[in-house]
Amino acid sequence: MSGQPKRLLRNLNAKIAALPMILTTLVVFVGGTVWTVVYSFTDSKLLPRLRWVGLDQYERLWSNSRWLISIENLLFYGVMSLVFTIGMGFLLAVLMDQKIRFEDTFRTIMLYPFALSFIVTGLVWQWILNPQFGVQEIVRSWGWESFNFDPLNNPDTVLYGLLIAGLWQGTGFVMCLMLAGLRGIDEDIWKAARVDGIPTWKTYLVVIVPMMRPVFITTLVIVAAGIIRLYDLVVAQTSGGPGGNASQVPAMYVYDYMFQAQNLGQGFAASTMMLVSVLIVLIPWAYLEFGGKRNG
Amino acid sequence: MTQSISVKDLTLNFGAVSVLQKMNLDVAEGEFIVLLGPSGCGKSTLLNCLAGLLDITDGQIWIKGKNVTWAEPSERGIGMVFQSYALYPQMTVRGNLSFGLKNARMPAAEIEKRVARAAEILQIGPLLDRKPGALSGGQRQRVAIGRALVRDVDVFLFDEPLSNLDAKLRSELRVEIKRLHERLKNTMVYVTHDQIEALTLADRIAVMKGGVIQQLADPQTIYNRPTNLFVAGFIGSPAMNMLPVKTIDNGRAFQFGSTRIDLAGYDGGAVLERDNAILGVRPEHITIRTEAVPGRTIPAEVEIDEHLGADSLLWLKAEGREMCVRIPVEGRLPSGSQVHLMLDMPKASLFDAKTEQRI
Ligand SMILES: Nc1ncnc2c1ncn2[C@@H]1O[C@H](COP(=O)(O)OP(=O)(O)OP(=O)(O)O)[C@@H](O)[C@H]1O
Ligand SMILES: [Mg+2]
Repeated sequence: MSGQPKRLLRNLNAKIAALPMILTTLVVFVGGTVWTVVYSFTDSKLLPRLRWVGLDQYERLWSNSRWLISIENLLFYGVMSLVFTIGMGFLLAVLMDQKIRFEDTFRTIMLYPFALSFIVTGLVWQWILNPQFGVQEIVRSWGWESFNFDPLNNPDTVLYGLLIAGLWQGTGFVMCLMLAGLRGIDEDIWKAARVDGIPTWKTYLVVIVPMMRPVFITTLVIVAAGIIRLYDLVVAQTSGGPGGNASQVPAMYVYDYMFQAQNLGQGFAASTMMLVSVLIVLIPWAYLEFGGKRNG
Repeated sequence: MTQSISVKDLTLNFGAVSVLQKMNLDVAEGEFIVLLGPSGCGKSTLLNCLAGLLDITDGQIWIKGKNVTWAEPSERGIGMVFQSYALYPQMTVRGNLSFGLKNARMPAAEIEKRVARAAEILQIGPLLDRKPGALSGGQRQRVAIGRALVRDVDVFLFDEPLSNLDAKLRSELRVEIKRLHERLKNTMVYVTHDQIEALTLADRIAVMKGGVIQQLADPQTIYNRPTNLFVAGFIGSPAMNMLPVKTIDNGRAFQFGSTRIDLAGYDGGAVLERDNAILGVRPEHITIRTEAVPGRTIPAEVEIDEHLGADSLLWLKAEGREMCVRIPVEGRLPSGSQVHLMLDMPKASLFDAKTEQRI
């Protein structure tokens, strides 16, 4: 116990130098977050004010059908997007790992969409999927006059339309992460598996994928955090429609309540719920990465 | 003895780079062959060709009387041990040992038996349920050897299995590999660039340079009668003394600087009279004399005396050339002493300076 003050003073210069950064982090990130959570318990309208209403905002949130649809949409989009970006990203990485020619070119092409913002991606895919200008029109011009392809204007398929754009944008990035992971694996492991007579697909499945666990977890977290924030893509492609809210997502709900409906309290409550869901993703990850070393 | 491995005119190119050219190598059954050579000379490449991990450009490989040139690694009857251990990190030691056997649909009882036997031979029984991450380097390499052992194969291939271990472990495991060979009596091909490993383990050593086997012989011959300058210089530490000499008197003597020495007792071919020859003598094949013996000794001056514990190394200057002599500790000399060096001619090697071949 007597060593405690000394420990505080050790590396004093470094600690002083780090202080501004620590303060910024505390004030901007933690402070902003706490502020949001606190005001989600008030009835703030256009401007924030501290008049407590308890859990009223949350009750209203969870009885609002628009919010419920947003959550449902996000769950569907999220699960599909996770499964397919990671699955396809890994498969593409495996293909790239077969010492193909022009690997650099392919990698650049695959990574290119990731360099585009979601707004641009959304607009590009809105055009591609648009019945007057995109795929439907092209196929019809080939002679198949009755061909119908208009996913964005059908409430049942609009989420698939979003999904295509999302996958197009994110798969290349996941592929690069996975490729880096595959390249990090000792070549001798492959040789040993070949001497053992393990078929290639089985080596990937039973040996390589388990070895790449950290890469998979990191990818999962990055992709999942991106999904929860999903907003611009929807704005650019569908603005939440068709039919008013067939492709609503939580981030859109937050934005609309804060800046359109001038109901800050409701927006804060919704964003607090989003924060909670991010934490639900992050905490198990942090535990696995940093706490679970003992059984590694 | 029957042939275990037979390499015929093996050629291997990586694109435009030719690593092995028309190599021939026959390994007898139960023989321990060490491939020795500097980095990049193609040792691992040759081993990977034997294992079937590289597609060869030309030639044939036979193992146990079967042409396996195009057979899969798992069908060649080989086991392999790598420098980096290459264990499957997510599996226990038992899982590592049995993975290949399970994959080949071997009955569980047989797998159990083989794993138990390997564990007994390598003394890794207590480690069977641990993961590789929880093992020391030496233990990991034992497990890697075990993985080759359970395959119950005739040929073991080792690629620098001890290079990642510290000096003490290395010598322990070296002895253990030797013991393993005595017990199993299977063919072993062992790659290393450590000459101590080569000299202690091998029945025969293949010294390689630039993808070509320079000399293939038992350690004694390699050490005492190197076939060319490269082998002579590569084996032995400190390196063999190389003296530029001129053979005279119809090959009965040589001239080193201003000293004339009899070649009587030299064990080699026709020496003849050559203007450019190189006489190689190992540091331990020279003795120190205080008195000159005409026609037998070279005058020299002591420069440094390095004490190594069991013996010491004397660095001297003779006829303007640096020389090294290994002497017993009792005979240590202060620097500046004038001495005379007597060469053990039957153990010396004479090379032609142009062809670099032994005379
Ligand atoms: N995949 C490859 N593509 C092109 N060249 C290669 C490849 N693998 C090896 N080489 C070349 O082949 C030569 C022999 O390599 P090899 O790995 O067999 O050397 P080595 O004798 O095992 O050396 P070390 O002691 O460093 O392991 C080297 O010059 C190396 O550059
Ligand atoms: Mg090598």
